Amino acid sequence: MEQESHVMKATELRLGLPGSDEPVKKSNNKRASSEMNNNLSNAEKEDHQESPVPPTKTQVVGWPPVRAYRKNVLRQKKTEADSSGMYVKVSMDGAPFLRKIDLKVYNNYTELLKAFENMFKCTIGVYCEKEGYNGSEDALTYEDKDGDWMLAGDVPWEMFIGSCRRMRIMKASEAKGLGCL
Amino acid sequence: MAYSFPEEVLEYVFSFINSDKDRNAVSLVCKSWYEIERWCRRRIFIGNCYAVTPGIMVRRFPEIRSVEIKGKPHFADFNLVPEGWGGYVYPWVVAMSRAYPWLEEIRLKRMVVSDECLELISKSFKNFKVLVMSSCEGFSTDGLASIVANCRNLKELDLRESEVEDLSGHWLSHFPDTCTSLVSLNIACLASEVSFSALERLVSRCPNLKSLQLNRAVPLEKLPNLLRGAPQLVELGTGAYSAELRPELLSNLFDAFTVCKELKGLSGFWDVVPAYLPAIYPVCNGLTSLNLSYATIQSPDISKLISQCQNLERLWVLDYIEDSGLDILATCCKNLEELRVFPSDPYGVEQNVALTEQGLVSVSEGCPKLQSVLYFCRRMSNAALVTIARNRPNLIRFRLCIIEARATDYLTLEPLDAGFGAIVENCRELRRLSLSGLLTDRVFEYIGKHAKKLEMLSIAFAGDGDLGLHHVLSGCESLRKLEIRDSPFGDKALLANAAKLETMRSLWMSSCSVSYGACKLLGQRLPRLNVEVIDERGTPESRPESCPIEKLYIYRTVAGPRFDTPGFIWTMDEEGNTPLGIA
Repeated sequence: MEQESHVMKATELRLGLPGSDEPVKKSNNKRASSEMNNNLSNAEKEDHQESPVPPTKTQVVGWPPVRAYRKNVLRQKKTEADSSGMYVKVSMDGAPFLRKIDLKVYNNYTELLKAFENMFKCTIGVYCEKEGYNGSEDALTYEDKDGDWMLAGDVPWEMFIGSCRRMRIMKASEAKGLGCL
Repeated sequence: MAYSFPEEVLEYVFSFINSDKDRNAVSLVCKSWYEIERWCRRRIFIGNCYAVTPGIMVRRFPEIRSVEIKGKPHFADFNLVPEGWGGYVYPWVVAMSRAYPWLEEIRLKRMVVSDECLELISKSFKNFKVLVMSSCEGFSTDGLASIVANCRNLKELDLRESEVEDLSGHWLSHFPDTCTSLVSLNIACLASEVSFSALERLVSRCPNLKSLQLNRAVPLEKLPNLLRGAPQLVELGTGAYSAELRPELLSNLFDAFTVCKELKGLSGFWDVVPAYLPAIYPVCNGLTSLNLSYATIQSPDISKLISQCQNLERLWVLDYIEDSGLDILATCCKNLEELRVFPSDPYGVEQNVALTEQGLVSVSEGCPKLQSVLYFCRRMSNAALVTIARNRPNLIRFRLCIIEARATDYLTLEPLDAGFGAIVENCRELRRLSLSGLLTDRVFEYIGKHAKKLEMLSIAFAGDGDLGLHHVLSGCESLRKLEIRDSPFGDKALLANAAKLETMRSLWMSSCSVSYGACKLLGQRLPRLNVEVIDERGTPESRPESCPIEKLYIYRTVAGPRFDTPGFIWTMDEEGNTPLGIA
């Protein structure tokens, strides 16, 4: 099943450089759109400076053609709805107590990992397709809305915080099982 | 014989002729008709503020009472037109303040309006009645204060989707207590709170108030009193439609709506709490227009509401309605003429709602009067488009936005040429079309061949090369506005169809393959066009002539090149010289 979805993904027609969709593989949140789209206007630059919501996809100026006041209304609604914070439990294998963190405080995976590394005094590795998990690093996993345990980092940040219910930092040896196709 | 009628008789006859087209035709019959007509024309529509100068307008038409002017190109709505492009209304207002002391109405779209401008309007025209500013910018609530304070006979103040610098809500309190003339007030785009007591008093003392669109800051609790003060309302835009659940508010609201027997249009609905929706049930049956495009309510709530609005002619809604809700729409609303479905999550990667091409197919089947469609979705098929085209040959406006650029037919993985081809072939009265999805030159062949009544065409990420553009320019006889972005159209098609451009209002091309050299040639060959090269990389003279420019805006004009262009716009010169523009 997973293999099929991989093949579908590889042949899927998309607007973007290969491998540019999910922005986090190794603490790398560089916006591919700055390479892709050499028509970034000043207006769009201003837009992004004012709005800290990270793009979930390589964004092209003015596409889809949604007017600014509509975008603002929806964005406002989203932030209002979530203004109470998004606290999830975090467990770390071997630690006696669980912790709670507010996912809304972070803007991307890098910041989240850093926070964990400080909180739990561990090093969290990011799964890399070629190398799998480095044996000495821990892995970050989360339980999603459907109750499945997922490896953190595959989906765009916004989607992740929307579906994450709780998190677990696993010892790398156990995490290897999750990462295999 | 024209000369045997006294002027007064002709003038009287002409007073029944109101459409611009007819008036223009009348003025071409002979010199004396031209003269008579120009003295009795009261309304003028200027589709492109740079196609003519204020001076030309006031010289030809000395007795205008109502002016409508449009500025920036449509793609400005999507941030494709850089800041500072132009569209300033000030020179128009200055000229009119001298020539038209009896001016009553100003309607503007996509123009830059300053507070000075608004103040000048408020002081220059003693009988000023109507100010409509649609998608305008550049002014603040101070400017609004001047208008409402000084225009004693103000009937309409409509700020439709304008970007206003909102300093405070205090401006509304500048309406004099003696003002009873208001017919329409639309402040939906403002953020600040206005004084509720001032608003209530204003509303209740204006017996002719037909249209009231509140802003989000007006809380739901205030709505019942406002409605009781204006039971004759025909259009209402609510403010925020949420409050803590209180039965007495719900019944108060319900009773207030019961009194509004004339209500035909509803909009607003920010922050909707579904529990308060039943309050509008008393008016549902009379509604012809419902705008739920800010309402983040789910399909079951939307469906419940729609099933009560059997007389609906126009629905604007978010894609939360889903296919299931559209099925209900198709079943219940047989008078539906216009449907707009907006995306709730346009930048999300995945489908967040169960809305597909099916919903549109259902509506096309169930609603025989459907003529205007704007639909955002994440997948489409040729088969669905063909079905829609066959179901609804009476379509006039069809704007489809498949969110992912260059998306294929999701069933066959082919381009969507055949689907859009079916649309233009079956819908003979089609006047406006927006394309999306993967499209080759083939679709433009179909469009050029069949879309003979098409007036406006929007193209994005489509086509293979010049041939596509050539089909459109050579085939679409009625084309007035063409806007293209990110498509591989270049010099050949433009130069081969240069003369066509003088029959159109305007052409916009951005991120295409038009070279600077071709632009210079066009500017030379067609002196009655302004060929504006927009390039934020600096003067095109610093790059080879074959280098493609960023953006191009071409429009016909009798005004010659404009002199208010910002530093990144160069107008191509008639003589083929170094272009006019600030270096």
